Amino acid sequence: MSIKVVIDRCVSCGVCVKECPVAAIAMNEENLPEINLDKCTLCGICIDKCPTGAIVRTHQAQKAQEDYDQYRGIMVVAEREDGEIARVTYELLGKATRLSTHLKQPVTAVHLGPATDQEVRELIASGADRVIIVENEELNIPLVGVRARALHDLVVDELPEIILAGSTSQGRPLLSKLAVKFQTGLTADCTGLDVEMPDRHLLQTRPAWGGSIMATILTAHNRPQMATVRPRVMRRLKPDYNRKGEVIRIKTRPENVEDPVKFIELIKESTSKVRLDNADIIVSGGRGIKSPDNFTLIEKLANLLNGAVGSSRPPVDDGWIDHAHQVGQTGRTVAPKLYVAVGISGAIQHLVGMQSSECIVAINKDQEAPILKVADYAIIGDLFKVVPEMIKALEKRQQ
Amino acid sequence: MKIVVCVKQVPDISQAKVDPETYTIIRTGVDAVVNPFDLYAVEAALQIKDNLPQTKVTAISMGPPQAEAALKEVISMGVDDAILLSSKHFAGSDTLATSYVLSKAINQIKDVDLIITGRQAIDGDTAQVGPGIAAHLNLPLVTDVNGIVEIKPDELKIKAMTEEGYLYYFLPLPALISIGKGIGEPRMPSLRNKSRARKAIIPVWTPEEIDAEYQKIGLKGSPTQVVKIFTPEVGGEVLFIEGEPPQQAERMVEILGQRHII
Ligand SMILES: Cc1cc2nc3c(=O)[nH]c(=O)nc-3n(C[C@H](O)[C@H](O)[C@H](O)COP(=O)(O)OP(=O)(O)OC[C@H]3O[C@@H](n4cnc5c(N)ncnc54)[C@H](O)[C@@H]3O)c2cc1C
Ligand SMILES: Cc1cc2nc3c(=O)[nH]c(=O)nc-3n(C[C@H](O)[C@H](O)[C@H](O)COP(=O)(O)OP(=O)(O)OC[C@H]3O[C@@H](n4cnc5c(N)ncnc54)[C@H](O)[C@@H]3O)c2cc1C
Ligand code: SF4
Ligand code: SF4
Repeated sequence: MSIKVVIDRCVSCGVCVKECPVAAIAMNEENLPEINLDKCTLCGICIDKCPTGAIVRTHQAQKAQEDYDQYRGIMVVAEREDGEIARVTYELLGKATRLSTHLKQPVTAVHLGPATDQEVRELIASGADRVIIVENEELNIPLVGVRARALHDLVVDELPEIILAGSTSQGRPLLSKLAVKFQTGLTADCTGLDVEMPDRHLLQTRPAWGGSIMATILTAHNRPQMATVRPRVMRRLKPDYNRKGEVIRIKTRPENVEDPVKFIELIKESTSKVRLDNADIIVSGGRGIKSPDNFTLIEKLANLLNGAVGSSRPPVDDGWIDHAHQVGQTGRTVAPKLYVAVGISGAIQHLVGMQSSECIVAINKDQEAPILKVADYAIIGDLFKVVPEMIKALEKRQQ
Repeated sequence: MKIVVCVKQVPDISQAKVDPETYTIIRTGVDAVVNPFDLYAVEAALQIKDNLPQTKVTAISMGPPQAEAALKEVISMGVDDAILLSSKHFAGSDTLATSYVLSKAINQIKDVDLIITGRQAIDGDTAQVGPGIAAHLNLPLVTDVNGIVEIKPDELKIKAMTEEGYLYYFLPLPALISIGKGIGEPRMPSLRNKSRARKAIIPVWTPEEIDAEYQKIGLKGSPTQVVKIFTPEVGGEVLFIEGEPPQQAERMVEILGQRHII
């Protein structure tokens, strides 16, 4: 329980200020009473003394509970990357579908901006029971303000109990803005989501402190419950093209798409061919590589495996390779099918960026290296001998 | 131009521990440092000041009294002055409450043209506080800025980084930007600024000074609740591939083939 002043009813008589036994009420510069809730003992004297009934008890918990029931369904905010719907969207739908089996509520995918019929089919096949497409062209422009206003209106209409988006450069600021507008909780960068019945709480598990601890967080008294989810962690469903879904095409209000910020252009990363995020196989080199020239060894191994080249931080800091290749806390988070760490010790800041890879191979001369804690296979030896042999073995296999 | 930089003092991650009972971070005995991204945020502000010398840069931090050290450190880099937001009522704030407190402080500073935050703090790691402040203040927002291309008193041309590449924007002021690396290495303290920092008296603001509502700050104002903290489990057993390099390589390739990885 709490207490508050209903400003509209207050006539600024000042009675409450005088009556409060613990001096918890003071008039502010607008001559309106303000209750210091840290001092207030909730004795109720001011409530009785106020001539206009302007001071009321608020039953926060109870009220929230009433409100709860209005909030239903899981909303997944789709995002695009490189001209198509990003993989993380399908991963979120996969997770949302699993949550909905407990919540018994539909999964709604929201696509901000035009989407093709094929894309809509794909969203439904991947778990969406409903797809809402907000068709304004302007939503394609990377402006968080525009997207946030369009999404805000939709959330007001839909009142979902859960909103999920990718923990990406689009998703994080978008949901952060929304959470403030709805005065609700937002959990960042989740790697685990579950629901607790019958309370319908979303249990959100996330790494913090650079991955050295995990925290489980919930938003008990506010709705919607919001979370951003780390890409490459949740599993997408196998698409089922027989699934049926409702398709809703709408437009957001024209004033929503006006923005003071002017987007000029997107310059694709010059090193876009690295595309660590989408690679199935990544071979990464660390300080153990010793010189920039030796990176050709890593490249050769990566090429033979049809994979991308990654790196720990020291080679990037020393300018041997572009930052776009860096894996870890201050680089990319990756989760390929195969991650080969060559001459990388496995500092926590590196591990957080790759430890959810399906299969990890470490090539290191030190059998105590921390990388072995997450590795599936370890080849202990001199990388300058092991890697050329790997290359040889792969060439032989491919003949 | 009037710039406010938000600076968080963070524990040096490699040393930190968590209280198993209260789930709060035990900060005693752990070195505190300025959040690395916030040093870049300060650098960005100072780059603007280099261009527009009449610019005033104020650093603010919400934290315990010791966070004063972080503010002194950024003054020694060239920040003009600083304000510490410190009160037991702020303790336990999540990102909603933190961004509310910081936005109230910025309101109190008045006529701020540009607010700069770091991309994310290395402890909480949410990257939600910057966008949260922008939402509270209804300001235009660009995150992950890693270059300020053009500086005018009422507009910036900026470059931001995303998964796809670099985005360029004209940003009218007032606005908020969050800074990633790439803006340029944070400058070293000068002797003059170091002595200025030593002498600086840093005002401490409590909820009263910033006119904050008590139910919106601290634990009360935080909708998220940490219910459990644990250390991540690391993967299962590692299989050592024995032998000399040629055999190791053959065996490894064989296993990867058997597992249909290659
Ligand atoms: C805030 C912060 C953020 C950071 N972000 C990141 C990040 O995003 N990504 C990242 O990677 N790091 C990051 N770091 C740095 C991280 O702490 C480590 O310093 C870094 O990961 C070490 O890189 P490394 O393993 O390549 O080098 P080292 O730790 O020096 O390891 C080299 C390894 O190579 C092995 N080796 C040497 N020679 C040979 C040989 N001939 N044959 C076989 N093995 C050999 C050694 O045994 C050793 O294990 C960050 C640090 C901080 C403080
Ligand atoms: C394990 C753990 C997990 C958590 N998870 C969540 C969560 O998912 N959601 C949530 O809402 N809260 C969470 N919190 C609480 C959160 O850490 C605090 O609210 C914290 O005050 C701000 O969040 P951050 O450290 O993530 O900052 P970020 O949002 O990452 O910081 C971005 C920038 O904002 C500025 N800034 C941030 N804090 C301050 C400050 N105190 N003073 C001045 N400038 C500042 C800095 O410029 C910083 O670079 C968590 C806390 C713990 C211990
Ligand atoms: S409830 Fe009692 S203590 Fe609280 S403000 Fe009213 S008179 Fe004061
Ligand atoms: S007694 Fe009632 S009407 Fe008078 S100031 Fe207090 S709240 Fe307002």
